[in-house]
Amino acid sequence: MPRKNFALSAVAILLSIVVFLVPFAFILLTAMKTRQEASLLDFSWPTQFRFVQNFIDVVQARDYMLIIAFINSTILTVASVTLMVVFGAMVAFTLQRKRSRWNGLINGFVLAGLIIPPAVVPTIWVLQKAGLFRTLPGLILVEIAFGLAFVILLFRAFIGTIPRELDEAAVIDGAGPARLFFRVILPLLKPVIVTSIVVQSVAVFNDFTNPLYFLPGDQNATVQLTLYNFSSQYNTQYNLLFMNILLITIPPLIMFLFFNRQIVAGMTSGAVKG
Amino acid sequence: MATTTVHRSARTRSDASAAGRVRAHSPYTNWFYLPAAVIYGVLFLVPTVIAFYFSLTRWSIFDSKFIGFDNYKTFFQEPALVSSLWHTLVYAVLTSGLKVVLGLGLAMLLTSQIIGRGYLRSVVFFPVLVSTIGVGLTFTVLMNPERGLINQSLDLVGISGPGWLTDPSLALISVGLVDVWKGVGLATLIYIAGIVSIPQEYFEAARVDGAGAWDNFRHIVLPLARPATVTVIILSLIGGLRSFDLIWAMTKGGPGFTSDVIASVIYKQYQAGFYGLSTAGNVVLFLVVTAIILPLSRFLNRKEVEL
Repeated sequence: MPRKNFALSAVAILLSIVVFLVPFAFILLTAMKTRQEASLLDFSWPTQFRFVQNFIDVVQARDYMLIIAFINSTILTVASVTLMVVFGAMVAFTLQRKRSRWNGLINGFVLAGLIIPPAVVPTIWVLQKAGLFRTLPGLILVEIAFGLAFVILLFRAFIGTIPRELDEAAVIDGAGPARLFFRVILPLLKPVIVTSIVVQSVAVFNDFTNPLYFLPGDQNATVQLTLYNFSSQYNTQYNLLFMNILLITIPPLIMFLFFNRQIVAGMTSGAVKG
Repeated sequence: MATTTVHRSARTRSDASAAGRVRAHSPYTNWFYLPAAVIYGVLFLVPTVIAFYFSLTRWSIFDSKFIGFDNYKTFFQEPALVSSLWHTLVYAVLTSGLKVVLGLGLAMLLTSQIIGRGYLRSVVFFPVLVSTIGVGLTFTVLMNPERGLINQSLDLVGISGPGWLTDPSLALISVGLVDVWKGVGLATLIYIAGIVSIPQEYFEAARVDGAGAWDNFRHIVLPLARPATVTVIILSLIGGLRSFDLIWAMTKGGPGFTSDVIASVIYKQYQAGFYGLSTAGNVVLFLVVTAIILPLSRFLNRKEVEL
């Protein structure tokens, strides 16, 4: 074992503080300042701490818009990720197990879903025809449609490692397709289910573009859009803007602290195999 | 052992039963495709296909009139629009290239014997999970030409920093650098996974042959981490070509149109009510992405097999 390189470590840690920690410290410090002090935009210790006051101001702004946005984002994230994972797992299971001449085509669609940028205005047109434009269910369906491909890829790789004998045994015991999948297979997929839930929740929660296009309007804002509204409304109120950034960073931070391993597994899957 | 026997006998029994009966009891059903297929088909495939038609129309949300290739003519004749095409390519290549180089470097560092490895990995990766808009707005403040932290710090060492986001020749690059700041953690993570999967025997054999750190990197890590490189290049190119939210949060395509990319043009034309033109932009983006990603991934994956 080569010994630890102290000089290199010191340089790396120092650089990591300057490059990665200072921006987060800046968010935290500015979120605690008074309006006048925050508007100086400098990196300094606050002379007066207004953390609680800023928090209350941000939450109360525009008729508790942030609370409504957090509720909307929670519904959006929970509903779309749940359905995305169930539907994606069903496709991945069938695609992996059932040999059919359509498999090539389906795999093609999955790759297309990863690569092709969604056509925005035509999607709005479809949503409008279905009466789903500017509605939360509409946006949920859109998030499912755009997120399915990644989930299917994650699941397909994992299902390949589950022996087919298990399916056969379940069938002998009289299980139909639904029972086989939901009672036998799905419980075995727990690791990849956790991974895809965590990764996709962060993605949907942080999504800005789709709510911007498909769910406009203040009363159904999602958290990323409140940030945007705040920044234009409080053009000079940097303390509140950064308090808002701080608040919407907390859910991903919690995810990161609890599910670091699963996130890493999800994001790197396929990297080794290419 | 016992389980294997049970499974085997179960299989023989099912094999023994009539082929027709087994088929009827096939546990896999196409119905499982249905929910995903309906949602994906209606909200992704249908819009992608009808985009080609609507891009040939003058379109408001109520009616559309066929006008042939006028939208494309506008797109490629208007300097502000056609420049967005080049900006998209510059942005994607710049961010992708930097993520490969920095990601590989960081991954080498973070797989070596170094103090605080866990901390360093976390701190490099965390920005990946933070809201893009939040990052964009934060760096817009940090990059403020007079009062921003970056230029204030540069002043301390006697350098007068540029107007990162106000200088027309620099704005796009500045946004790209923030994109790299936010995204390099993912590239690093993919490279780390690639590097730790290289068998230790290679390094031991190299040590016996008297290879130095550079030889290890050049002749072991670089070729064997190739699948990771392919993944990083493809992922960051796809992300870079489609990039919208960071640019929108930081410059809105400005100053002027100097940091406009196709995705921001699509949004601007949509906002202005030119749905046909916006959709034409979407089709252009579709063609650009597929024209770059498909041949590239085929090329990179083929080279991999030869290796």
